[in-house]
Amino acid sequence: MTDILRFRDDEAVDHPAVTVDAFLEQTNANAVRIEPGDDARDLLPQIGQIQLVEVNFPVFGDGRGYSAARILREAGYEGEIRAVGDVLADQLNNMRRCGFDAFEPDAPLDPEVTKRALDTWPEVYQATTDGRNPIWNKRHE
Amino acid sequence: MYQYDQYDQAMVDARVAEFRDQAQRRLEGKLSEDQFKPLRLMNGLYLQLHAYMLRVAIPYGTLNSTQMHALADIADKYDRGYGHFTTRQNIQYNWIKLEDAGDILADLAKVEMHAIQTSGNCIRNISSDHFAGAAQDELVDPRPYAELLRQWSSFHPEFMYLPRKFKIAVIASGTDRAAMKLHDIGIQIVKNDAGEIGASFFVGGGMGRTPMIAPNIRDFVPLDQLITYAEACLRVYNRYGRRDNKYKARIKILVHELGAEEYTRQVEEEFAHLLEQGIEPPLAELERIKTYFTDPAFEDGPKTVDRSDPDFALWVDRNTHRHKHDSYVSAVISLKPVGGIPGDATAEQMHLMADLAKEYSFDEMRVMHTQNVVLPHVKIADLHALWAKLDAADLGTPNLDQIGDIIACPGLDYCSLANARSIPLAQKISERFAANGKQDKLGELKLKISGCINACGHHHAGHIGILGVDKKGVENYQLSLGGSEAEDTALGKITGRGFDEAGVIDAVDTVTDVYLQHKQGEERFLDTYNRIGMAPFKEALYD
Repeated sequence: MTDILRFRDDEAVDHPAVTVDAFLEQTNANAVRIEPGDDARDLLPQIGQIQLVEVNFPVFGDGRGYSAARILREAGYEGEIRAVGDVLADQLNNMRRCGFDAFEPDAPLDPEVTKRALDTWPEVYQATTDGRNPIWNKRHE
Repeated sequence: MYQYDQYDQAMVDARVAEFRDQAQRRLEGKLSEDQFKPLRLMNGLYLQLHAYMLRVAIPYGTLNSTQMHALADIADKYDRGYGHFTTRQNIQYNWIKLEDAGDILADLAKVEMHAIQTSGNCIRNISSDHFAGAAQDELVDPRPYAELLRQWSSFHPEFMYLPRKFKIAVIASGTDRAAMKLHDIGIQIVKNDAGEIGASFFVGGGMGRTPMIAPNIRDFVPLDQLITYAEACLRVYNRYGRRDNKYKARIKILVHELGAEEYTRQVEEEFAHLLEQGIEPPLAELERIKTYFTDPAFEDGPKTVDRSDPDFALWVDRNTHRHKHDSYVSAVISLKPVGGIPGDATAEQMHLMADLAKEYSFDEMRVMHTQNVVLPHVKIADLHALWAKLDAADLGTPNLDQIGDIIACPGLDYCSLANARSIPLAQKISERFAANGKQDKLGELKLKISGCINACGHHHAGHIGILGVDKKGVENYQLSLGGSEAEDTALGKITGRGFDEAGVIDAVDTVTDVYLQHKQGEERFLDTYNRIGMAPFKEALYD
């Protein structure tokens, strides 16, 4: 297994994730892999048994995975959401904001660049499920 | 106008730091050009035919004199002493070095400006009515809503890698001066029967190779749900917009293929879900923003001008617009001198416009999507003095909405996508119609030129539109008639086979002759065309 950048304390799932189709047919899997064309909402009826959702980015410019992650978090999913594939340092901050808490990129991340990318943004404009208080709330507290 | 607080400033400063780091990694070879490209595009940096082009955002087209002076200084320091105002109310510089880009962004940040999301497959700069806050016919000032949307759309974590670019316009008047229905989302601020203010959403308009007029998908969104509704529109697009073909990736194709009804159903479903998520800013935030857009201290004064100087009187008739206070007008500074490059301004001209805005217009200017600049609040008593100074700087051309007020894209002179030149054609047409004296007889006639099918010059929406195409290696121009970007939004129809450059100029001349022959009463070119149809024009052009 390559290096995984993780922002969780629990034990990582150590077996391969199944496709969404396979998951919907075999009810005992606890790790699922979402491709860009999959509908994350298909997982919601059985979300309670899932510990890991891998969201695949075949190319970094395909942004569907950002919506998938937010939809899972908005539904209350608290397990791991791991971005895999063509995942670049400059995307980590937005991915964190959308609910990703683990990253397994095809190409290794430079730790220094990663740290800078994650530390650059002191404030946020929008509300997501990441718990950060948006600017427009801070202004009126 | 809006002023940054420490939060807005922190966001822009963070972006400068981030981009410096990214550019440095690119220069060191740690980022490939493929990886760097979307990052530089999200900061407005394009690689054009000859150099990098930097597009700077002017949110909803509003800027003050300090900002305009800074734009002039950038033109002098980093470019060749001029800039180009665009159809999305921005400015772009054509001769930028990558090594300088970080410093330019830092200079911009000092005057509360940036180049964030002026390119790339993300939500672009929000545009609006250039007479906002001044027009006699508006319901409210649309800019507070545009500013709220600006903040929401800036660095939106979910929507940085959309299928394609995404443009939003906000107006608050029945008269559409922002081509609202030709945007990915057009918002009209309206009042409902209960007297409440809300937002009417039009989604899926656009120009480009498949022009579409946006259908109305919701006639009233309450103001405390505005951002949530916009987020729902975007999420459906991000998830289901086509990504297999970049020419079919705009939201207009999704709305067209699903049908407006089905798209609306999906948006409403997502909206119902998102309402539970608490993502809407507090209404107090909109109220806070509104305090920056209150009226300046207007004073009563003369309501008419001395018309004894005919040149001045002509400029007043053509280039001023009715103001909500009857002692004021909005004055348009034409960036379309006869034979000039539409939308270009030199650094000296920018400095002068800034000084005049400070002296005569409460320190405020607007960039128009027609590539001119407005001084929104000018005392009628000051008009002659203002005109004299503009005229002396070649900024007093009296041609607003006339045939010489041409919208043109940069075309093959700068743009790597273009098939044909736009600028020289615009120059020659404006020279022809100034020399033969016909401009004065033609009245309102909006002519728009695009150098390729991407339609940056809005040719679909021109009363007369010209599209440059490449025909076996030779520049060829297609003519279309009957388009409109106003509240009567319409897409022009192609007259028939295309023309070479000289031929298309003659063809425009012919078309205007047909209009003058058939014109009844006070009809504009567009009215006559709508009444008599294409046939008489075709006959004159091709028989």
